[in-house]
Amino acid sequence: MQLRMRMASIGAVAVLVAACGGSASTTAPGASTGTTALPSAPAASAPAVVAATSITEWDYQSADPQMTQWQKVLDECTASTGVTIKRQAIPRDELINKVLLAAQNKQLPNVLRVDNPDLQQIADTGALAPLTDYGVDLTGLYKNLIDAGTYKSKVYGIAPGINGMALFYNKDMFTAAGLKPPTTWAELTADAKALTKNGVYGMAFSAPATEEGSWQFEPWLWGAGGDLSKLDSPEAVKALQFWTDLVKSGSASKSVVQWTQGDVNDQFVAGKAAMQQNGVWNLSALEKSKINFGIVPIPAPDGGAAPGPMGGEVLTIPVNTDAAASAAAGKVVNCLLSDKEMAEWATLQAYIPSRETVAAQAAAADPNMAPFVTAAAAERSRTGPPANLGPNYSKVSQPLWTAIQAALSGAKSPQDALTAAQKAAAAALAGG
Amino acid sequence: MTRVVEAGAAKTAAPASQQHRRLPRLRSEQIVGLLFLLPALVYVTALYAYPIVFNVVMSLEHYTLKTFVTGEAPFVGLDNFDHLVNHPEFWPAVTNTVWFVVGSLFFQFTLGLAIAIFYQHKFPLNGILRALILIPWLAPVLVSGAIWVRLLDQDYGVVNFAIHSLGYSGQISWLTDPNLSLISVLIANIWIGIPFNMVILYGGLQAIPRVLYEAASIDGANAWQRFRYITWPLLRPVSTVVLLLGLVYTLKVFDVIMSITRGGPADTSQILNTWAYSLAFTNGFNFGLGAAAGDILLVIVLGFGLLYLRYAYRELRETTT
Repeated sequence: MQLRMRMASIGAVAVLVAACGGSASTTAPGASTGTTALPSAPAASAPAVVAATSITEWDYQSADPQMTQWQKVLDECTASTGVTIKRQAIPRDELINKVLLAAQNKQLPNVLRVDNPDLQQIADTGALAPLTDYGVDLTGLYKNLIDAGTYKSKVYGIAPGINGMALFYNKDMFTAAGLKPPTTWAELTADAKALTKNGVYGMAFSAPATEEGSWQFEPWLWGAGGDLSKLDSPEAVKALQFWTDLVKSGSASKSVVQWTQGDVNDQFVAGKAAMQQNGVWNLSALEKSKINFGIVPIPAPDGGAAPGPMGGEVLTIPVNTDAAASAAAGKVVNCLLSDKEMAEWATLQAYIPSRETVAAQAAAADPNMAPFVTAAAAERSRTGPPANLGPNYSKVSQPLWTAIQAALSGAKSPQDALTAAQKAAAAALAGG
Repeated sequence: MTRVVEAGAAKTAAPASQQHRRLPRLRSEQIVGLLFLLPALVYVTALYAYPIVFNVVMSLEHYTLKTFVTGEAPFVGLDNFDHLVNHPEFWPAVTNTVWFVVGSLFFQFTLGLAIAIFYQHKFPLNGILRALILIPWLAPVLVSGAIWVRLLDQDYGVVNFAIHSLGYSGQISWLTDPNLSLISVLIANIWIGIPFNMVILYGGLQAIPRVLYEAASIDGANAWQRFRYITWPLLRPVSTVVLLLGLVYTLKVFDVIMSITRGGPADTSQILNTWAYSLAFTNGFNFGLGAAAGDILLVIVLGFGLLYLRYAYRELRETTT
């Protein structure tokens, strides 16, 4: 593998030298982002001048440990491809503003990392280039990931790792109460009720007025047989009724409408929640904590695992007049998608590697990771089938999270809330 | 009053007739004057007029995410306003805004005035305590917001703990009850606004001559009468300024709500301002619609701003003549 990468990078440098004669955005080796180590092999064949193209990269992993974890694989890809990467880690809330301004001024970065449900919307603007134009290799990747990145039958975004959710339970609390982790909704309701006492809530989840709320609700919606194309279906009402009952009965805190997933995990780590619905990325922190936890899939109403939404941030190559830089961006994306970098970063970040063979190895190495890997293949892209909302996902997601908030806070019944949501979504979709 | 106006008119009439005779000299003076005006003009145009005009233009266009890339923003006339007014969240946001503004102004003013009057009395540590009251005003709003989120937490919050220890056994969901969320952000905003009211009103109180109170005491006026017939009328100019400024400040409140409830749950604490933001940035990036909501806010603030200027101008004339 290592050798293949080296060979590829020699080719890359040779092509670049031929294509632009080093006139484009070349910089001195090691001018930025930490690494000074450049591959020695290409230098031997091209004496004196090393044509190291430099590219820009933006992502929203602006907080540690994720910030340094991502930097590590970027540095390694600089070393193996010879492309200097000028990275900017921008807080998530600010990234979209910055991207919009950059798009207006035609100054988008060469590699842009965005949350996967936003991809379609950005691709729809025409700001992105198809990844295959720059030789990005998609073989062996999860099909749902490719679905999420596909807009009008071209792939615009791809991720080295994906994420998903499961039910984390506190083993000590379950043992003390003589309970088994739930496999159906009825069991979950009963367990949550039995475990709610002394300031501990049986269940914790997150339903804020952001995409996080819709994302957390989707496994229940899809598990019940509902779908994003009809928010007021009986199945959708059943799912929201289930969540509402958990809050109404006191098995889950009323504060769920405010909690982010980070808050939910804090509750779980502090021993204030016996179960939590949360993402795989919490594994590394949970494994370091004192909590004795187990993981089961989020159940469908009558047993079996519910399909969850696929999470993760995808790498894109925005349209750029500097063809050499875009070609270099392609090399970097390929490097990040290589088995080695993918495995390393996914382990650091506690993500599921997006190539099935690599994911299988990760599952074998870490038993906590195994249930997430098992669930990964069944995960759905939020923008993809069956609703196929594409760039319109947020027009449905926003009314959905508003309905969830209305039902959980008691402002409306689940039926009324979802009827209003379906009306609002239909109006938003019709409005273009 | 009318005499003042006449006198003013006579004064301005005199130089006008002189101006006619010495036209050339004044013109060069005017050029110099314009040059002095230029920096201010450039500043106002670039930083105020341009963004406002841009916002108004944007509100008449179908301005979306795509516009940033392609530059195409089709003109749609008043479509955005039509959408806006018929939006199910429009009237709730308007009603919330009215309650939020009226509630904030009333309590900020009355509590601020009460505290200002209290500090009129001389007592030990008066200065230090008065300085401490300023803290809500000096603390960054996001910090205050984070503190209020903690205080009002239904499970671990200090407010609920205090209510419990008073004997009430229920659990008040300050931030997650749709009937209470607006009240919660209102309480936080009142708390933040009291110091501003107190400081200005305190200054106003200090300017009222002591002798009036002494004279009133000799005449046998009680505390209420002294307030009603001396403090209140003499404080009126200051009160008006405080209320008008408070109104404009409250209409532009954004951070208080965003840091405490984000307009939730289910938009029950959304005011026009935060709603405009959510239309543009979280609900499908419809910038035209968000700009239209911004326009409405702009007209209201502008209206009250002009009212304030007219009032300030009148006050100025009254005090200078």
